[in-house]
Amino acid sequence: MIDITLTVNGEDRSASVRDSESLLTVLRETLALPGSKPACEQGECGSCSVVLDGELVCSCLVMAADCDESIVRTVEGLAQGDKLHPVQQAMLDSGGVQCGFCTPGFVVAAAHYLDENPDPSSDELREELSGNICRCTGYGAILRALEGLAQR
Amino acid sequence: MESVLPKSLQEALAALESEPDATLLAGGTDIMVEVNLAGLRPAHVIGLRRIDELRQLEGRRIGSGVTYRRLENGEHVALAQLSRTVGSPQIRNAGTIGGNLGTASPAGDALPFLAALDAEVELASAKATRVMRWDEFIVGVKKNSRQPGELITAAILPEHVPQRQAFAKIGVRSAMVISTVSACLFRDDDGTTTIALGSVAPIPLRPRKAEAMISAEKSPSQAALAEFARLVSEEVSPITDHRSTEGYRRYASGVLARRLLERCL
Repeated sequence: MIDITLTVNGEDRSASVRDSESLLTVLRETLALPGSKPACEQGECGSCSVVLDGELVCSCLVMAADCDESIVRTVEGLAQGDKLHPVQQAMLDSGGVQCGFCTPGFVVAAAHYLDENPDPSSDELREELSGNICRCTGYGAILRALEGLAQR
Repeated sequence: MESVLPKSLQEALAALESEPDATLLAGGTDIMVEVNLAGLRPAHVIGLRRIDELRQLEGRRIGSGVTYRRLENGEHVALAQLSRTVGSPQIRNAGTIGGNLGTASPAGDALPFLAALDAEVELASAKATRVMRWDEFIVGVKKNSRQPGELITAAILPEHVPQRQAFAKIGVRSAMVISTVSACLFRDDDGTTTIALGSVAPIPLRPRKAEAMISAEKSPSQAALAEFARLVSEEVSPITDHRSTEGYRRYASGVLARRLLERCL
């Protein structure tokens, strides 16, 4: 076991991590933050997207032991109390959610991108979300939600 | 498992000297797939992402820890083009040039760029630093010449890099795809042309006959372009696997080569 301390959604947390387990596993199973989803576990689908030290990454491809003293933002850190993050609200308003499994990854990726690039073109938005896959193929509603938000 | 997270190159090399066979972890995009899906359980890990010296991008030197994301808007057009084809934003934020060299996959996206330029790879250990040409370093499918105790510190480009350069790859979609065929071409003012292709041989392939033939053509005719494509198709050495067939890869290699050359004329 390796002991790490890290800041998750603004809170100092510590965890004993097993062997080479991923940040995704530690978030879900040790730190009780199951919002980031495990699906492909090979970086193909983006359902486990988190922001690690300021960069959007797939948490399944991050070794938890390599996260000592890191700063992590997960989907659980987006809402302010009962008030949803504008990206979450836009996804609800536009019906950008079907089965919901890919949604946390899309929300984290879009919120991070729109924070830094509030007015992207449609192509830029698509490119930035190219690492997030929706198997219900609900991309149209997701993009409409985010494009509407970008224009506001 | 034991892990060390050095903050300087010196610390990393000292850690590597005491555990020469430690697993070197850069962006994790290859190693963690092995961990998650193939049961890899490294005994010793040295995490490299905190080492500033490896993240330097200056002149001819690309530090091994430089991520694709940072190369997307760089001065070398072909390097920017290839960086934008890597995985997805998530993968480009993590994946590094050093990791691409370390994995030495036949499909490594940065490798045709380095091979077409005859770039060098710099390796350091606690005792010494050495530099070797790309084809001394990459020696087979996922095989390289790094010795225990060594760390890949940089890719070093030649002093002269032709301005006219282009990269392209073929895959089943534009994002999140491992190349079926990739190619990178440079055309200098005197006509000298170099091209390297990926995913068509165990290591990046330089079709030398095609290079020599087209380098002698100052303003290639349609017939010369066709001959260039034919020679490239003849010289590549692809296999049939789950991503494509030998025949398609051979054909596509010629098409890509000609297309890149036309962009550089």
